[in-house]
This record gives sequence, structure tokens and C-alpha cells, in this order.
Amino acid sequence: MLTFTLRRLLVAIPTLLFISLVIFLLVDLAPGSPLSDIPLTVPPDVRQRMIEALGADQPVFVRYVLWLRQFFWVEPAYLLDGWFGTNLANGEQRILSWQARSPVFTIIGERIPQTLIVIGTAYLVGVLIALPIGIYSAYRQYSAFDQFGTLFAMIGFSVPTFFSGTLFIIIFAVWLGWFPTKYDTQLEVTDWASFVEQLRQMALPVMTLGLANAAVISRYMRSSMLDNMTQDYVRTARAKGMTERTVVLKHVLRNSMIPVVTVIALGIPSIFGGAIITENLFGVNGIGAALIGAIHASDLPMVQTLAFIFAVLIVTFNLIADILYGLLDPRIRYD
Amino acid sequence: MADGAAPVLDVRGLKTVFRTRGGEVHAVNSVSFHLNPGELLGVVGESGSGKSVTMMSLIGLLPSPPAEVREGEVLLSGRDILKISADELRDLRGAKVGFVFQDPMTSLNPVFTVGNQIMEPLIRHMGMSKSQAERRAAELLALVGIPDAAKRLKAYPHQFSGGMRQRVMIAIALACDPDVLIADEPTTALDVTIQAQIIELVKELRRKLGMAIVWITHDLGVIAGIADRVMVMYAGQVVEQAPVAELFANPRHPYTRALLKTIPSLTGERESRLQVIEGQPPIMSGAPTACPFRARCAHAFDRCGTENPQRRALDRRPVGYGHDVACHWDAPAMVGGAHA
Repeated sequence: MLTFTLRRLLVAIPTLLFISLVIFLLVDLAPGSPLSDIPLTVPPDVRQRMIEALGADQPVFVRYVLWLRQFFWVEPAYLLDGWFGTNLANGEQRILSWQARSPVFTIIGERIPQTLIVIGTAYLVGVLIALPIGIYSAYRQYSAFDQFGTLFAMIGFSVPTFFSGTLFIIIFAVWLGWFPTKYDTQLEVTDWASFVEQLRQMALPVMTLGLANAAVISRYMRSSMLDNMTQDYVRTARAKGMTERTVVLKHVLRNSMIPVVTVIALGIPSIFGGAIITENLFGVNGIGAALIGAIHASDLPMVQTLAFIFAVLIVTFNLIADILYGLLDPRIRYD
Repeated sequence: MADGAAPVLDVRGLKTVFRTRGGEVHAVNSVSFHLNPGELLGVVGESGSGKSVTMMSLIGLLPSPPAEVREGEVLLSGRDILKISADELRDLRGAKVGFVFQDPMTSLNPVFTVGNQIMEPLIRHMGMSKSQAERRAAELLALVGIPDAAKRLKAYPHQFSGGMRQRVMIAIALACDPDVLIADEPTTALDVTIQAQIIELVKELRRKLGMAIVWITHDLGVIAGIADRVMVMYAGQVVEQAPVAELFANPRHPYTRALLKTIPSLTGERESRLQVIEGQPPIMSGAPTACPFRARCAHAFDRCGTENPQRRALDRRPVGYGHDVACHWDAPAMVGGAHA
């Protein structure tokens, strides 16, 4: 297992390098130099430093390496400085967002908690609802519960989040007035009342995204359970006189969870993707909204950085999913 | 093996039907048999004869739609287990009746250790603590001939070969010291040498533990090697039943005779073609009104088409206790036994 992990990590490095190359080249090879598009709002001396830092007059290879250096050396140095109070970065030019004129990583650092709280909760809620629904639908296949579960799943993954989100806003916020229509990004949770308020404003985005997630995961859970319910070892478990509860929730579930856990792990990068549409719709100032804003404003450093971060997350969680699979299924030993 | 003692398992008139969309399938048609303590009853028949369904009906292992046990009594140590509640039946399964299934490769749960799977019924039925159960599980593994038992408890099923897995299945079935062990074709999926080992193992375990065994197989050679009495099934009915030596020496039912003839002989002349029984066993869509074997029977006559033969004793003992046959044809005794 250890050699497998190390090997995969080693393979991940060229993968990420390749992705970074693609991201870099897409922008670099586009007509016009990226640095010619720097908005006029950036002061000239900063502009000059940026041009030097990114080697605008150097060959493409040098520019690429300088860009990588920016990403993998300068920024982490600033991060370490922030944590440990060192001075590794030594005043080097940081990747600046063209919109906000502050470093990209600072902005990302501010936005991530919002995303994690709202979208992360939505994912968690989705998973927690989906698992019991999937299990029971499989156990009572074709029953009324299963039919309803199927309907719910069909709706959940057919209806786009911008539609369901809007619908929920209209029904629950406008007509019924149970939840606020706007997400207050300034809200700080300091006491019980503000905590309740945070929950209230999270409710609708969580419901929207949770529905979509639950739909997909419940189908996976159901299908995995159905596959395993007809296996011979289930008959053996019954022949041993185990209760139905043990048979389903211990014997079948443990086998069924393996692919489902993998799917859930692979879906986690989507949390960071920020459920772009949902964040925009509800006004949650998370990473997804940041990405959309950056695209609209042609804020290249922001877009490039975010794209690369998503790539890193996806590669990482792919690896985690594989490792989890190996941990959960004793038949799989990669060594 | 005393016939005087009360049978540990007494099945009377068992009838099991499958309700499917295309109609009903009468898989078990009025099957009666008994099993004495310490005895090994062999159940022989083709695929589709109803052997497995009969045994699974006894302890409620068939999925309840579509299977339905319509009639019959199943007396386990005198108690009719068809009439008890599902919970009580579940308490008996694994504790009083052990089951060994056909395919050892898929019958064990791949994500739990072998020890865990043996300990499960011990903890559930015998109320053992985890450490007690672990000790007993190691004993059981040693009993079924798995070396280094204590260490092997922590192994997973995929780390065992087919024969070893079947031994583990036997250990699980015997864990709570059942009165009856039902083995449904336990060696069919194994190669011949392993089959011989498993048979020897079961014989030895029977000697040591004294439980009664039902051994289902389609292999007459296995029956000859292990059974005390034999029951031949066809289309969900018992067509012949006799002590093993008697069955091989003096088979009366045309089906039994044909089955014995299909065994290729190691001695004697080399035949150019193998003997077969032409045709397929029928799928019973209703309770039988005629003999289900008549289409493939060399000795069928008019009465066979109008009346389903009932079992009749061929000696002075009651049906099920000596040699009986369900056939209208009065078979002459075979000269020199069935196997020339």
C-alpha cells in the first residue's frame, strides 16, 4: 500500500506539470501577450515588476518556468511566512489579481471558508440523505418507497440547479418567507442568534445542491446494494440465522459502500469548484463566484490560479479515492 | 444410525410452489423423508429435480415472494418448524440446522475475515463473548483440517483456495453444534482430489460429532462412498428411496436404473457412446397428474399417463424406512446388480 501511494504521488507530479503546461500555454499562445491586457488600473511600477517577474520578453520556455516558480515557490513562501513569521519570500512579486489588486491567494484564502461551509454542508447533507434512501430502496426494490425514491432522484439530477434554486427562492423565501432571499456575506457567527441566522441563510443553497447530490449518490447506493443483495454470501449469512438487519446493514452494506465511498471521494473536488451556479444564484461569496467574476473581468491570474488549484484537487482526490478503495476492499492490495 | 430412535428431521408431504409471472412452478411435490440421528441421507437427482429447493424450504431460505411452502410438516426434533414465527426460525438456522452451500468461492463474504464469519453465529446463537468465540473458532478451523488455525482466523476468504474455503463453510455450519447438517452439493465445484478430502473430512466429523447429514449431489459415486440411505428425486418428487447398498444392487425405478447406467465404467468394454437419458426434466406448472418421468421412460404404459404413482414399499417396512419406489411398473429384480 505504501509503495502504491508513493508511486501514485510520483506519477501525480508529471500529471500536474502537464496540466500546468496546458493552462499556461492556452493563455500564453492566445493572440496578444497576456501582459498586454493588464488593465490600466494597475499602477505602472507594479506592471513593470509583473512583466519582469513573468519574463514577458523571454522565450516561452523561460516564461513557463518563471510562471511555475511564481506558483510553486513564491506563493508557498508567502504562505509559510504567514504561518511561521519567516521571511522566505523576501518581497518577491506575488501573483496579483487584476480586479482586486491584491494577491490571488489572499482572495482565495478569504473565499474558501464560505465555500466549505455552504457547499461543504450541502454535500454532507446530500450524502447523509442519499445513503439511507439508497439502502432502503434496494432492500424494498419496486416498493412504493423505491418508486418515490426513483422519482426524487430523476428530478434531482434532471432539474438544473439554477432552476431548482430559483424555484426554492420563490417558494420558500418570497412566498413563505421562511428564509432570507439574500445571503449576507458579512454575517459573523458570534452567538446563538447569529448562528441560527447563518443556518437560515444557508438553508436554501444547501437544499438546492443537496437535492442534486443526494439524487446521484442515492442511485449509486441503490445500484451497489442491489448488486450485492443477490450474492451467495448473503444466503450464507441468512443460513447462519443472522437477523435481516445484520444481513443488510452489515454484510451487504459493507460491500456496497466500497464503490460508493469512491464516488463520494471523487465528488469532493466539486465542493471546491464551488458549485459555481449555486453560489452565483444565492450570492454566496465562495470560490465558484470568484471564478465566475474573474472570467467576466478577464482576470487572467485569478482564472489560471483557480484552474490549477482545481486540477490539483482533482488529482489529489483521485488518489485518495484509490487509496480508500484499497483500504476498504481487502481483495485489493496494490503491491 | 439406529432406526429405533425418533428421527431428528421428519418431513411429511412438503409442497413448495413458485409463483411467477408466467404461472406457477411446482418445484416440490409432496416430498416426505426422515433423517435419523447420526445418519447420512444422500439426495440424488438431475438439475431441476427439486433437491435444493426442498432443503431450502425446510428452513425458510427461499425468498418469500415468489416461493411459497403450500403444504406439509417439517418436524425438527418433534417440532413443526413450518408453523413457527420467522424470528424463531431464524434462531434455529445456524444453531440447530447447519447449511453448506455449493460454491465456496462466492459463499463467504469477501470483506470480513474468516474468523469474523465463524464467530458470528457463535456470538449470536451461543451468546459467547468475543474472546470465547475466537477460541472456539480456532478450534473449529483446526477441526476441519486448516493448519495454523489461530493465525488463519485473521485471513480473508480470497486468501484461501476453494477446498479450504469449503472447509471454512463446514466450520461455520458446525459452529453451534447443530443436530442436522444440510450439504447442498458441497463438492460439485471442487476438483476430484479435493472432493475426496472433503468427503473424508465430513465422514470423520460425523464420527466425532454425531450429527445427522443430508448430502445433496448429482454424483452417484459420491453417494456410494458416503451415504447410509439414498433418496432419488425427479421433478420435485421422491421416486425411489433405499439403503445405499440396496439401491445400487437392486434399483427398481427406471430413472434410477438409467442413472446408474449412465456412469461410465472403468472396467469392462470401452463403449463407443456414453449412455444418456434422452430428454429434459419437465417444469411442473401444476401438481403432477401423471408420472412426470413417462416421456423419458422405456417402460411407460397407459396407467403412467393418467395416474401419478404413489410411493409403495418393496419390503415389509413402511414407506421411507426400507426400500420404496414410486412407479407403476413392477420391475423385475436385476441380475448381478445394476453395475455390470
